[in-house]
Amino acid sequence: MRIRAKHSAALASALVIALAGAARAEPDLDAKLVINGDLEMTTIAPAPAHLEGALGDNVISGWHYRDAATRQMETDDFENPAMSAVDEALAAWDTVDGSEGKSCADCHGAIEEGMKGVTAVLPKVTEAGALWSAEDFINDCRTNRMGAEAWDWDKDPMKNMTAAIALQSRGMPVNVAIDGAAAPFWEQGKEMYYTRYGLLQLSCANCHEQNNGNYIRADHLSQGQINGFPVFRLKNDGLVSIHNRFAGCVRDTRAETFSKGGPEFHALELYVASRGNGLAVEGPSVRP
Amino acid sequence: MRKLFVLGAAAMMTLPSVLSADTAPRDVAFADDGSVAESLTGVAGDPTAGLENATSRGIGNCVACHVAEGWKDAAFPGNVGPALTGIANVYDESQLRGILVNSKKTFEGTVMPSFYNLDDIIRPGDAYTGKAATSPDVTILTAQQIEDLIALLLTFDEPLPE
Ligand code: HEC
Ligand code: HEC
Repeated sequence: MRIRAKHSAALASALVIALAGAARAEPDLDAKLVINGDLEMTTIAPAPAHLEGALGDNVISGWHYRDAATRQMETDDFENPAMSAVDEALAAWDTVDGSEGKSCADCHGAIEEGMKGVTAVLPKVTEAGALWSAEDFINDCRTNRMGAEAWDWDKDPMKNMTAAIALQSRGMPVNVAIDGAAAPFWEQGKEMYYTRYGLLQLSCANCHEQNNGNYIRADHLSQGQINGFPVFRLKNDGLVSIHNRFAGCVRDTRAETFSKGGPEFHALELYVASRGNGLAVEGPSVRP
Repeated sequence: MRKLFVLGAAAMMTLPSVLSADTAPRDVAFADDGSVAESLTGVAGDPTAGLENATSRGIGNCVACHVAEGWKDAAFPGNVGPALTGIANVYDESQLRGILVNSKKTFEGTVMPSFYNLDDIIRPGDAYTGKAATSPDVTILTAQQIEDLIALLLTFDEPLPE
């Protein structure tokens, strides 16, 4: 059931009240995300044409589906628990590492300038024809330009840096390319999105397209957008990468999941990012 | 002789679908409407075990998707599927068995999992570890767990909600 349909149905809201009486609410689509009092975020945007109406008229940021207290944390950088991870990355940005005696700043200058707009168009296909996420670009710099060790895809130094880089696109619309060299990757990702994995035989679309706005146990299903990544999960007290989230969702279908940083999740990342084209980059955002 | 018999009984308890009289998942006979007339085990279902099943995250986890008066104490039931209050007035035993064994034969393309099914599983996993399944012959529920759930659902004979 789509949200708009449910939103207006008196029956549905009666059910929600009957369900719990607890803190269960429909996504508050009237809420506005304004960060630090001045940066207005596009959290609802016209659905990209390639979706062909699959999500109705609009794509919606995961922010709307969270409870008011969690949403509030994202409105102020002093309250956003991801910002200490960003601070660590900012220190790393300026720190020389590896055999070439260079820091990120030596090549890219101030992160505010050098990384502006980068996250909004990732993942993207390189000149060599590979589909690269932020993590790939970061490790390419580390290993090939700095002579430093690659960071683990899913460990803190990498997650922190992707958060700091995402921040430099905050508020800009997600705008990943899906045509040209990206097209075959996008098709692969789309195919995955609609594949019903695992013993539970559930696809991404079964939960995030057909059932967003509904509850699966206590979890309020969102559209599964990635414009807010990396997200800070209060439950884990840490940042969660895009591929980590994908791995968790596939695992929860009682399936053999795919590897983080592997070709499948790269393709899926491109496809899922494209479903959010037009939403503001929100990373790092906050989740329960 | 006696010792052998005891051994055999122990083996039956640990390997239900191999040695017991359970109907194997691929041998279940479906009617055209997706229903399954015959008990999978020949052993009457136990509604108390069924309730445990339905409300445990690691077992049936029906509460993940369904509200029901019969499990009103379960915290935060989901609403991906319809409410099951009064469901015994809607379906008979064989229809319920069909829905539980392989929901897709009753509701084409449904989101509801097929709980006693081995076919069309893509990348089967080892429970919720994210690793590959160690055996291709694992179903979500056992035959007796299905029968226990049916027994439970047959007690849901409340008047249907408006
Ligand atoms: C069994 C249901 C289920 C399936 C299948 C599923 N997810 Fe999720 N997913 C969830 C739940 C529950 C959450 C947490 C609440 C939310 O944000 O929707 C979640 C969250 C997410 C998020 C985080 C959204 C945010 O704003 O924080 C992303 C991204 C995501 N899923 C992508 C996927 C993709 C891609 C697939 C397929 C590979 C998938 N999911 C399959 C249940 C599912
Ligand atoms: C992932 C979600 C999900 C889970 C888990 C789930 N169901 Fe369902 N169930 C559904 C959906 C969706 C339907 C509606 C069928 C349709 O039309 O697609 C349904 C339908 C039913 C129906 C028929 C209801 C009607 O009014 O027609 C019964 C009975 C039922 N489920 C029982 C169960 C039991 C018992 C369990 C646990 C062993 C269970 N379900 C687990 C999603 C689920």
